[in-house]
Amino acid sequence: MRPLTDDETKVLFEKLSKYIGENIKLLVDRPDGIYCFRLQNDRVYYVSEKILKLATNISRDKLVSLGTCFGKFTKTQKFRLHITALDFLAPYAKFKVWVKPGAEQSFLYGNHILKSGLGRITENTERYQGVVVYSMADVPLGFGVAAKSTQECRRMDPMAIVVFHQADIGEYVRKEDTLT
Amino acid sequence: MGRKLDPTNKQKRGPGRKARKQKGAETEIPNFLLEGDSASKRLGSRARKRAVKRSVPTSQPKKPEKSEIEPKQTKKAGFSDENSEWLKPAKRKRPVAQSDSECDSEAEEEEVQEGSEGEAREEDVGAGGEEEAETDDDEMVDDYGVAEDSDEGEEEGSDGEELLPIERAAKKQKKLERELEEDSEEEEDEEEETGSEGDAPLAAADEMEKFQLPTSEERAREGLLPLDLQSIHQRIKDNVDVLGHFSAKREEGRERGEYLALLKQDLAMYYSYNTYLIEQIMDLFPPAELIDFLEANEIQRPVTIRTNTLKTRRRDLAQALINRGVNLDPLGKWSKVGLVIFDSSVPIGATPEYLAGHYILQGASSLLPVMALAPQEGEKVLDMSAAPGGKTTYMAQLMKNTGVIVANDVSAERLKSVVGNLHRLGVSNTVVCNYDGRSFPKVMGGFDRVLLDAPCTGTGVIAKDPSVKTSKDQADVLRHAHLQKELLLSAIDSVDADSESGGYLVYCTCSIMVEENEWVVDYALKKRNVKLVPAGLDFGKEGFSR
Repeated sequence: MRPLTDDETKVLFEKLSKYIGENIKLLVDRPDGIYCFRLQNDRVYYVSEKILKLATNISRDKLVSLGTCFGKFTKTQKFRLHITALDFLAPYAKFKVWVKPGAEQSFLYGNHILKSGLGRITENTERYQGVVVYSMADVPLGFGVAAKSTQECRRMDPMAIVVFHQADIGEYVRKEDTLT
Repeated sequence: MGRKLDPTNKQKRGPGRKARKQKGAETEIPNFLLEGDSASKRLGSRARKRAVKRSVPTSQPKKPEKSEIEPKQTKKAGFSDENSEWLKPAKRKRPVAQSDSECDSEAEEEEVQEGSEGEAREEDVGAGGEEEAETDDDEMVDDYGVAEDSDEGEEEGSDGEELLPIERAAKKQKKLERELEEDSEEEEDEEEETGSEGDAPLAAADEMEKFQLPTSEERAREGLLPLDLQSIHQRIKDNVDVLGHFSAKREEGRERGEYLALLKQDLAMYYSYNTYLIEQIMDLFPPAELIDFLEANEIQRPVTIRTNTLKTRRRDLAQALINRGVNLDPLGKWSKVGLVIFDSSVPIGATPEYLAGHYILQGASSLLPVMALAPQEGEKVLDMSAAPGGKTTYMAQLMKNTGVIVANDVSAERLKSVVGNLHRLGVSNTVVCNYDGRSFPKVMGGFDRVLLDAPCTGTGVIAKDPSVKTSKDQADVLRHAHLQKELLLSAIDSVDADSESGGYLVYCTCSIMVEENEWVVDYALKKRNVKLVPAGLDFGKEGFSR
C-alpha cells in the first residue's frame, strides 16, 4: 500500500472528473475527516485516514481491501473505474441518465442503453460525456458514456444506442471475483 | 423452398386430435354409431308425426325393422293397441319436463356416468333379445316416464332398464359402500394378522397396546428384511412414549438402557445419522425434544433477508419487493431489519434492489450474535472469521458506517464474497485481511469488541447442510474444539480490556455440541481473566452452565 504518484493521481482525477466534474474536491476535502487515495495491488482505494492508520498494521500480502475500491490501473497505466465506486460517483454526478423499468434488466445484464429504454437524460449532455445511470426510482444502477448528445437523442430511432455501458451493479453477481 | 406435395402422405383434414370438443361428445358418439344410420337424428315435429303414423302398424308385429320410428315404438309393448296410439306422442315430451323438474344438479353431474352405464347394459341386452337392440335412444326417455319397481337389477334385461335414475344412483352407491366395507374389513384382517405375527410391534394407537421391545431374534430378522420406515417410525414414537413415562409403561424386566439402545438404532436408521452423532444428540436432549430436533432438521428454513439501513428503510424495501411479486413478512418483534420471504416470482438474489445493496440474504439466527455484540458508533471492532460478510455488514450498519471494522478470514477465496458484499452494501469503514485468526493479537490488538464466529462441525444447521449427518465423527469435533479454543484465546487477547465503551467478546458457533461450546467457553474462563455476561437477548435458553 502506498500513496499515488503524481502521474497516477492525474490519471485518476481525469477519469473521475468525466463523471463528477469539479465535485472531486468534495471527495478529497470532507468535513468528517481526512480521506485519501491509496494504491494497493494496482487497485485504488478511497479511505479515511483513521482506517488507513489501522491498516498499516497489516502486511501487504495479507491486506485484501480497505475502505472503498474505486478501480484499478491497467498494465498500460490507464485507470479503469469499477462499479464499487458508484457509491461515491452517484451523489456528485453532473450528468445523469434514467432508464425505463423495462430496460433496467437489460442494462443490469451488461448491455448498452437504447433509445427505447431511455427514460430521461440531463439537459446539455455532450457526446462522450460520462454519465451515471439511474432507474426511474432514482436507484443508481451503474455508469457509462453518452453515445449521443441530448439534442441528437431526440431524433434517434428507437433501436439506436444512446449510452455505452461501462459498469453496472449486476457485476456484483457476474464478476464477484474480479470486483476489486 | 416450398413444401413438396406428396400424394402418398396425405394430410388429414378436419379438426385435429386436440381440437376442442364439447363435453360428453365422447359418450354420445358411440350411441350414434350403434344406431348405424342417420335415422337417430332429431326429427322435426312434422316428421315425428309422420313417423308415428307410419309406425303404428309396424309396432304390432315387433319386428326389428330399421326405421326412424322404431326407437319410440318398441318400448310400448306393454300397452294395448288403442292406448299406444294416442299415448306415444305425449310420452316424448313429458319425460323431458319431468327430468328437468325432478333432477337437481347432482343428478346432472351423474348423467354422463349413467349414460355409459346404460350403454353397457344395452349391449348385454342386445345379445339376449333382438327387439331391444335399438332401444337406446328412447330408453333414456322412457326411463323417466315409466316408473317401475324391478330391484332385480342388471340381469333382468327389460325390467332393469326401467329404474329411475335416482334409484340407479342409489343402488350404485350402495354397491360401492358394500365394496368399501369389504375392503376395510380385509385390511383390518391383514392388520390383525401382522399384529399377531408381531415381528414389528405395530401397537395400534387406538388399542393402546403396551409397547414391547423386540427380542434379539426379531431384531436379527429385521436386518434381513427390507427396510420398513413406517414401522420404524411407529416404533420410535412408542418408544419415546414409554421413555416419557417409564415406570408406568415399561415392560417388566427390561432396562431403560435397552429401550434407549433400540431408540438410538431406530433414529440413526430413520433419520440417517451416523452412530456417533446420534449418540451425542441423544445425550443433549430428552427423548421428546430429541424427536422435535431431528424433525426440525429435516425441514427447510425460511429464506430471510436483512434490510441494509445504510441505504434504505425496511418499509420502503418491503414495498419495493412486494411490487416485484415477492410475498414477505417482518421477521419478528425482536428484529427491526429482518424480513421473511415466503415465495417469490423473481429470483430473490438478483433483483435490482439486491444488486443496489438494499438488502442481503441472511439467516435469521445469524443476526443474533451481532445483536448480542451491539457494536457502538465510532468503535474499533474485529470480526475474526468474517466470510461471507453477513455479520460484518450488519455490524457496519449498526455502527452507521463509522469507526473501524477489521474483517478477517483465513480463506482468501471466501474473502472475495466479503469484499463484494461490503461494497454492494456501501460499507466503507472496513479493512479486509487474510490472516489466520490464531496469529491475530500479534498483528493488532486493542479492539473494543470482537466477534468470533468460530469454524465448527455445523451440527446446528443440519437443515442447511445434511451431509453433516454422516460425515462428522468424534475426531472432527475434537479437532474443531481445539481450533476453537486457540481462536477464542487469541480473540480474548485482541480485546482492549480498558476500553471505555466496550471490552466485549461474542463467541458463537453453528454447532450444538457441548465440546464446541460450553467446553470451549469453560476453557477460556479458566485460562483468561474473563467473565460471562448476559447476551442482552430477551429470548433463548441457557446452555449447560453451572
